[in-house]
Amino acid sequence: METITVNPAYKLELSSSPHIHSRWSTKHAMWFVVLALIPALISAVLFFGPYQLLIVLTSVVFCAGTEFAIKKFRKKKITVDDGSAVITGILLGLILPPNFSLSAAAIGAVFSIAIGKEIFGGLGYNIFNPALAGRAFLQAAFPVAMTTWAKPNFAVDSVTSATPLAAYKFDKVFAEIQPMFLGNIGGSIGETSAIAILIGGIFLIAIGIVNYRIPIAMILGVLIFGGIFWVIDPAKYPNPLFQLFAGGFLFGTFFMATDWVTSPLTSKGMYIFGFGIAFIIVLIRIFGGLPEGVMYAILIMNSVVPIINRYTRPTIFGEAK
Amino acid sequence: MFLLNHTKSFNGGVHPTENKSLTENLSFETMPVPKVVIVSLNQHLGKPAKPIVKKGSEVKAGEIIAEQNGFISSPVHSPVSGKVTKITASENVSGFPKDAIVIETNGVSEFVKMPPLDSENVTAEEIIERVKTAGIVGQGGAAFPTYVKLNPPKEKKVDVVILNGCECEPYLTRDYRFMIERTDDVVSGLRLIMKAAGVEKGAIGVEDNKPEAIEKLREAVKKYSNISVEVLKTKYPQGAEKMLIKAVTGREVPPGKLPFDVGAVIQNIGTAIAIHDAVVKGEPQLTSAITVSGFGINNPKNVIANVGTPLGDILDFCGGVKDDAVKVVVGGPMMGIAQYDFSAPVMKATSGILVLTEKEINDNKQTPCLRCGKCVDACPLNLIPTKLARLSSLEKFEEAEQLDITVCMECGTCTYTCPANIPLVQWIRFGKQRVMTLQRERQTV
Repeated sequence: METITVNPAYKLELSSSPHIHSRWSTKHAMWFVVLALIPALISAVLFFGPYQLLIVLTSVVFCAGTEFAIKKFRKKKITVDDGSAVITGILLGLILPPNFSLSAAAIGAVFSIAIGKEIFGGLGYNIFNPALAGRAFLQAAFPVAMTTWAKPNFAVDSVTSATPLAAYKFDKVFAEIQPMFLGNIGGSIGETSAIAILIGGIFLIAIGIVNYRIPIAMILGVLIFGGIFWVIDPAKYPNPLFQLFAGGFLFGTFFMATDWVTSPLTSKGMYIFGFGIAFIIVLIRIFGGLPEGVMYAILIMNSVVPIINRYTRPTIFGEAK
Repeated sequence: MFLLNHTKSFNGGVHPTENKSLTENLSFETMPVPKVVIVSLNQHLGKPAKPIVKKGSEVKAGEIIAEQNGFISSPVHSPVSGKVTKITASENVSGFPKDAIVIETNGVSEFVKMPPLDSENVTAEEIIERVKTAGIVGQGGAAFPTYVKLNPPKEKKVDVVILNGCECEPYLTRDYRFMIERTDDVVSGLRLIMKAAGVEKGAIGVEDNKPEAIEKLREAVKKYSNISVEVLKTKYPQGAEKMLIKAVTGREVPPGKLPFDVGAVIQNIGTAIAIHDAVVKGEPQLTSAITVSGFGINNPKNVIANVGTPLGDILDFCGGVKDDAVKVVVGGPMMGIAQYDFSAPVMKATSGILVLTEKEINDNKQTPCLRCGKCVDACPLNLIPTKLARLSSLEKFEEAEQLDITVCMECGTCTYTCPANIPLVQWIRFGKQRVMTLQRERQTV
C-alpha cells in the first residue's frame, strides 16, 4: 500500500475498494475450531481418562514442531501461529484409539504434517485432510495397536470394549443407541460422544465457519443409504441411526469432511461431496473387510474435489437455468 | 434461519457493520458557499461537457457554463455566482485529473432558474427535456445522464420504475435523510419518472433497517394505488441494479443486458429529488447531498454542498479530520474511491465522504486461499471469485474470460468476506480490464 503525504498533517492510505473488511481472518477461524473441539476433549477425559490428553498433546507438539522445522528448513515464513497445525494435532489425537502409544502418535503427527500438508506446499495447497492422512499411515504401520480398544470408564459389561461397529461386523451384535449418543462405548478417543461432537459442530455452523451443506448431505446420505439396507433386511443390517452414531461418522462429518482446504468450493459440490462420503461409508461398513469406513471415504472424496469443483460451477446470475 | 426468511432479496451478499447511526438522525445542513469552486466537466459518465465560458467570464448560479457534448453527456451549470478564473486540469475525486472550470465566488446569491412546470399536467417530452437541460445525472454512483434512462428504446416493454432506496453501502445516510425529510418530493419525483418513461407501475425498494422511512413512504404513497413500497432484506449489495430488480420483481437481468431488457427502469432516491426540483421548482442540479462520516471525522454530518466544493472545505465544515484517520474515501466504503488530495472537488453524484481509521478498515495480513468458499457463497452474481482472482494474478486472461470475469460488477463482496484477506475484487478488476482490452482488439482485427 502506498502512502502519499499531501498535507503534512495527514498520511493517507491509497488502495482500491472495498475499504472495509470483515473481522474474520484465517487465524480467527482456526482458533474457533480449536474451541469447538473442547467438548470432545472433555468427553475423552471423562470416558477414557486423563492419559488421552497426553496423546493429544504429543500429537499437537509434533504437528506444530514438524511444521516449524519444515518451514525453517525451506526458509519460509513460520506459520505455526495460524493454528492449523494445532488443529491437525488435536484432530489426529482424537481419532486414535485410547491409551495409544505416545511414540506412535508422534510418528503419525510427523507424517500428517510432512506428507499430508507441507509436501504439497503447506496450508491451502494440500489435497488430503492431513489428520486423516496421518491416521491412514498409522493404520498401515500399526494395524494391531490401531484396533485395540480400551473399555470406557462406565462400561457395564465386557462386550462394550469392542467398538459397536466391530461388534456388528464380527459378532453381528447391534449396540444400543443411547450409550453411543453419550459416548460410553468403545471407540477412538474423541469420537465416541455424539453429544460432545454435536455441541462443537453446531457451534461452528452457527458462527459461520462450517458450512451446513456438507454435514446435512452426509447425515441425510447415511440415513438414506443406511436406511435402504435396513428396509431390505432389518435383521441383517443395522438401523440408520446406528450408522449415524457409530464410529467416527459424526466427528468426520463436522471436523474432517468440512475442512475448508480439502472440500469443494461450490454449494452443489458440497452436497455431492457429502453424499459421496456417506455412500462410501455405508458400502465399506456393510460390505468391506473393515468395520469402519469414515476415514477412507473422506480421503477418497478429498481426491476428487478438484473435479467436483470443475463440474459444479454455479449458473451465472441471469443466465438461463 | 435460512428456511424461515421471507424478506425479499437475492442470493449471496454480506452484511458489514452499518455504522449508519453516526449520521442517520442528523438533518441535512447546508454548507456556506465556498470561496472557490472547481466544477469538473466530467460530472457524468460519457463525453465531458464543452465549456461555453472563458477565463474572466462573470457567471450566475444556475447558468449553463458547459454544454452537453453528444448523446451520453450532460450540461454543467455554474453552482455559484462569481468569476471564472481558469479552465484547467484539476484534481478529481476519480483519482485522475480532469478538466474543470474554476470559479471564484462573489458572495452574490442570484439563482437563474428555469420556469417551473405543473407536475400534474407536464408531458413526458417536457420532463425528459427538463431533466436533460437541468443536467441531472444518476445519484447512485455511476452518474449516467438521467435523461437517457428516462427514454427507453421503443422496442423494450418497460412496465415498472423502481426507486432505489436501499442505500446498502455502510455509513451512507443521504438517501435515508431524503426519504425522511422530503418524503413527498421523493414520491413526486418517482411519479415524474413514471410519466416520462410511460410506465404505470412504480415501486420504492427500501432495506428493512429503515423502518421509519418505510412508514413515511407508505403513508405518502397511500393515495397512489399503482405505487408500492417494497421492504427488502438489509444486505450488501441490495442496492445494485440487478439485485434490486431481482428482489422487487423476481426478474434476473442477463449478463451484458440492461434493466430495460427485463422491463425495469431504476432510479436513485437522490435522482428522484433532483428531478422533482428541476421540474417543479425549475432548479438545475447545483448541489450534492453528501454524508460525511467515519470514525476519523470530528463531527459526522449530512451536508448539502455546492457542486465543485473542495473536499477540504467540507471536512473543515465537519470539524476536521482526527489524528488517527488513515483513509479518506469518496463514496461508500465498499465501492468508493480513496483520495490523496483534499483539493479535489465534490461532483453531482458524490454521495459520501468517509474518513476512516485503522480500526474500521480491519486490514489483516494476506494468507493463502483455503478454498473455504465464502467468496463463492457471497458473490451475488454466482461467480467464483477466488478462481478468477487467481487466474488474473497468473495473467491467464483467456481462462478468466471463459469463467465470465466480465460479468463481475466489482461490488467488493468477495474481498470483504475473504478470511485469507486476499484482494479478490482488486485482482478481478485488473483481469477484467485486460480481458475487455483483448475483446476490443479481437473486434478490430
